Amino acid sequence: MLHRSLPCFLALFAALAFLGLAAPACAASDADLAAAVAKLGEPGFSEKLEAIETLATLGDTRAVPALQALTDGNLYLRDADNLLVVATEGDPDYRLSDPLTGAALGSAGFAELSRVIANNRLRSAIHTALAKLQIGDPDPTRRLAAAQEIARDNAPETAALLSEVLEHETNAGVRAAIAISLAKINLSSELPAERLAALKKLSDTLTLEVRTLLAPLTSANSDGSFAEPDPTVRKEASLLVSRIDRRLVLQDLALNLFQGISLGSVLLLAAVGLAITFGVMGVINMAHGEMIMLGAYTAFCVQEAFRMWLPESVFGLYLIVSIPAAFVVAGLVGIALERGIIRFLYGRPLETLLATWGISLILQQVVRSVFGAPNREVSNPAWMTGAFEPLPGMVLTWNRISIILFALAVLVAIGLLMRFTSYGLQMRAVTQNRPMAAAMGIPSGWVDALTFGLGSGIAGVAGVALSQVGNVSPNLGQTYIVDSFMVVVFGGVGSLWGVLAGAMSLGIVNKILEPYAGAMLGKILVLVLLILFIQKRPRGLFALRGRAAEA
Amino acid sequence: MGFKSIGWRKLTLAGAVAGLALAGGPAAAEDTIKVGVLHSLSGTMAISETTLKDTILMMVDDLNKKGGLLGKKVEAVVVDPASNWPLFAEKARELISRDHVAAVFGCWTSVSRKSVLPVFEELNGLLFYPVQYEGEESSKNVFYTGAAPNQQAIPAVEYLMSKEGGSVKRWVLAGTDYVYPRTTNKILEAFLLSKGVKKEDIMINYTPFGHSDWQTIVAEIKRFASAGKKTAVVSTINGDANVPFYKELGNQGIKATDIPVVAFSVGEEELAGIDTKPLVGHLAAWNYFMSVNNPDNKAFIKQWQTYIKNPKRVTNDPMEAHYIGFKMWTQAVLQAGTTDVDAVRQAMYGQKVKSPSGYDIVMNTNHHLSKPVMIGEIQANGQFEIVWQTKGPIKAQAWSPYIPESAKLTADWTFPWVCGNCTAPKYKSYQ
Repeated sequence: MLHRSLPCFLALFAALAFLGLAAPACAASDADLAAAVAKLGEPGFSEKLEAIETLATLGDTRAVPALQALTDGNLYLRDADNLLVVATEGDPDYRLSDPLTGAALGSAGFAELSRVIANNRLRSAIHTALAKLQIGDPDPTRRLAAAQEIARDNAPETAALLSEVLEHETNAGVRAAIAISLAKINLSSELPAERLAALKKLSDTLTLEVRTLLAPLTSANSDGSFAEPDPTVRKEASLLVSRIDRRLVLQDLALNLFQGISLGSVLLLAAVGLAITFGVMGVINMAHGEMIMLGAYTAFCVQEAFRMWLPESVFGLYLIVSIPAAFVVAGLVGIALERGIIRFLYGRPLETLLATWGISLILQQVVRSVFGAPNREVSNPAWMTGAFEPLPGMVLTWNRISIILFALAVLVAIGLLMRFTSYGLQMRAVTQNRPMAAAMGIPSGWVDALTFGLGSGIAGVAGVALSQVGNVSPNLGQTYIVDSFMVVVFGGVGSLWGVLAGAMSLGIVNKILEPYAGAMLGKILVLVLLILFIQKRPRGLFALRGRAAEA
Repeated sequence: MGFKSIGWRKLTLAGAVAGLALAGGPAAAEDTIKVGVLHSLSGTMAISETTLKDTILMMVDDLNKKGGLLGKKVEAVVVDPASNWPLFAEKARELISRDHVAAVFGCWTSVSRKSVLPVFEELNGLLFYPVQYEGEESSKNVFYTGAAPNQQAIPAVEYLMSKEGGSVKRWVLAGTDYVYPRTTNKILEAFLLSKGVKKEDIMINYTPFGHSDWQTIVAEIKRFASAGKKTAVVSTINGDANVPFYKELGNQGIKATDIPVVAFSVGEEELAGIDTKPLVGHLAAWNYFMSVNNPDNKAFIKQWQTYIKNPKRVTNDPMEAHYIGFKMWTQAVLQAGTTDVDAVRQAMYGQKVKSPSGYDIVMNTNHHLSKPVMIGEIQANGQFEIVWQTKGPIKAQAWSPYIPESAKLTADWTFPWVCGNCTAPKYKSYQ
């Protein structure tokens, strides 16, 4: 019953508060409601805005579908009779329904409808209006969202409205949230006692937002006097401000660290394949970036296949399927390259460099001819969009978190492969001493081919992950090739640990420098530091010692 | 080469003096009129410029179907400068002195335009440049059919300042680090300061080409926006870097209703490669949108999609600029009765074309157009919904009044000024 009676009450209250008029009787407002909803279809934005405000004031939840349709872009005018309708995409025509009653109104082609346009200002107004209408919703999470939306408007009327809501609220979680919102507004109350109470209430809400709200309580006027007349309030406020500041410093540091690790994991993914082809085999592979690109385009193809042939419910899985697919595609291309070209060039680094660079240009142009020059859209599956907020103001996006975990998983998998399988053993044997390995019966040619294939396949897998954070275009590989070489050289050629340490330290240093030096200068500084470091330790962080280093 | 070009110039001069009766330059001796198309068909800019090449080919095709120009067929000479700036200058020289084209339609980036400029001025060629740019230029040999800053950047900022646009008080000017964003942001900063915005309410940020890790910058924008004043981002971020930028915004939960982003380099063609759902409500400012509803635009879209044989292809602002430029050039040639550059230039001033944007577009004596300004919000279908537009066309300012040293300069190629960057007219009186 609550959700029906409360809006009426709110309407009454709001009408009194905002307009100073006698409240409209709830039952008698049917005509007003219909008129206001119809007004949403007016051409001018200001008329629509008035209609939205009227609907919020009327407080009738029946207006919710119409407002929702307007923000979602589903509200149309039927050209034939200028009737306002909600249209949902059907096959082949749009299905129409009445915005107020939801009654079906038949169907119409897209050409017979004109969309009612909303702009950002209207969308904000609708959010507020919807919040006011949904504050009495039976679902507590919706009530909570509504209360927070209302609290964004920092006005005394809002405070009065929220206190009324608080009285009726039974859910403890929602009560606490509303109390906090109320306290934020009360910080600018005229009574010192209320301000003090608000400060107490907020003593555990150490966010940037509260910090901003506290600023007027602690600042001094131009004549040296304080803006806040009450000394107790002032003292409490400055205490809270310093506590928030301390928290924010820590939080910024943690956020920087996360961003650094996230950039580091992107670098790690890009470089780990190269660590195998360049680090282990010693092939200067300029086509490494193109293997990443091939992986990204494989993800695109798998995505299109999912869109075309499989139901939408399993669409989110396309990325999982892309990973082995990209590994196979890029791996096979890698093996073909090694067998066809690179094996004739072992021991001739300059020729290898030129040949692989040529291959990279060929691969780019092939992809450009097949898929076209413009970017291809690879969408994030639903489970990778959005963010996770462990602390207010500290936003960690899911796609970054997934990539960090994925990069580490790839590294661990390679480590295990090299350490515990017979193939890994043969690979290490061949790289350490080729004639001896051959004498022991290891087919060194095929081990080379497989190793190059492994490195390329891993680059392809990296491409799948990188398609989630960047562009998928024929030039994709070029963006990563320099960074990859940087990581491998810095970390120490031939060492997987070196790659991990190199990628992470480059990522973190870059991200710590960026806020102070800017993105451009930050990148330059990192390069300068790297050059200085290489002067001191030419073999990188984790230099291999002994015979392997000489090979 | 030098000898050859002098010879051609003399011939043209002779032709102009002798009038139409005599067969003057080599161009007139042939039975076709050649126009040059100078757009990158390979390399990084191929993404955007290939479409413009096709637009000109479509216009030429259409003109020939209608009987050509001055009784002759028009022939497009297409060259590929391959996104390589010095090659632009080389190819431009080739077009003018070897192929003797009557006009060239081309260039996209400002750096390519700056590279061909000396060639066009030396050989007295004619270039139609179709892209919005930073202004601060007016050459006798270039007609600028894209927007100057006062036809795109300034109105967009004014819109955001207005009540309708959200009464924005704090500004993030984010751009890619090269000449167009740097100049535009310089103008915008001066403009904002002149409107009473405080220095601490403006944040300027530059990123390298193709920047892909936007975490720090988006976090910084969020922090900057949390100061309790309505904040907007004015983006001159170029090309590829936009996708990860918008993705990061979406993932960090920044909606267009919280912090709107208005972009000057994102159009229908760029959106075709992006999943636009998280972008709904973000803005772009142009002089034309594909969603403009009028019969001229419908015809333009239909002509394009029929010519390119793909009903899904989109039209965009630079294409419309080429449409206007080509039509104006045809009209000017008809009016002058010759393709001679000096005669055509004189005929260009005041030339009027009904454009797909729904307005009569006029060429001014500063070699820039008067165009309407439109602000569109990105929709889920990759199109823009126009939420605001000027009452009529706005005249382009070649020199920004907000940069003190430019404010003194005038661009006017008619009497008494006859100059692109002068503080005083060339001719003082009739002596």
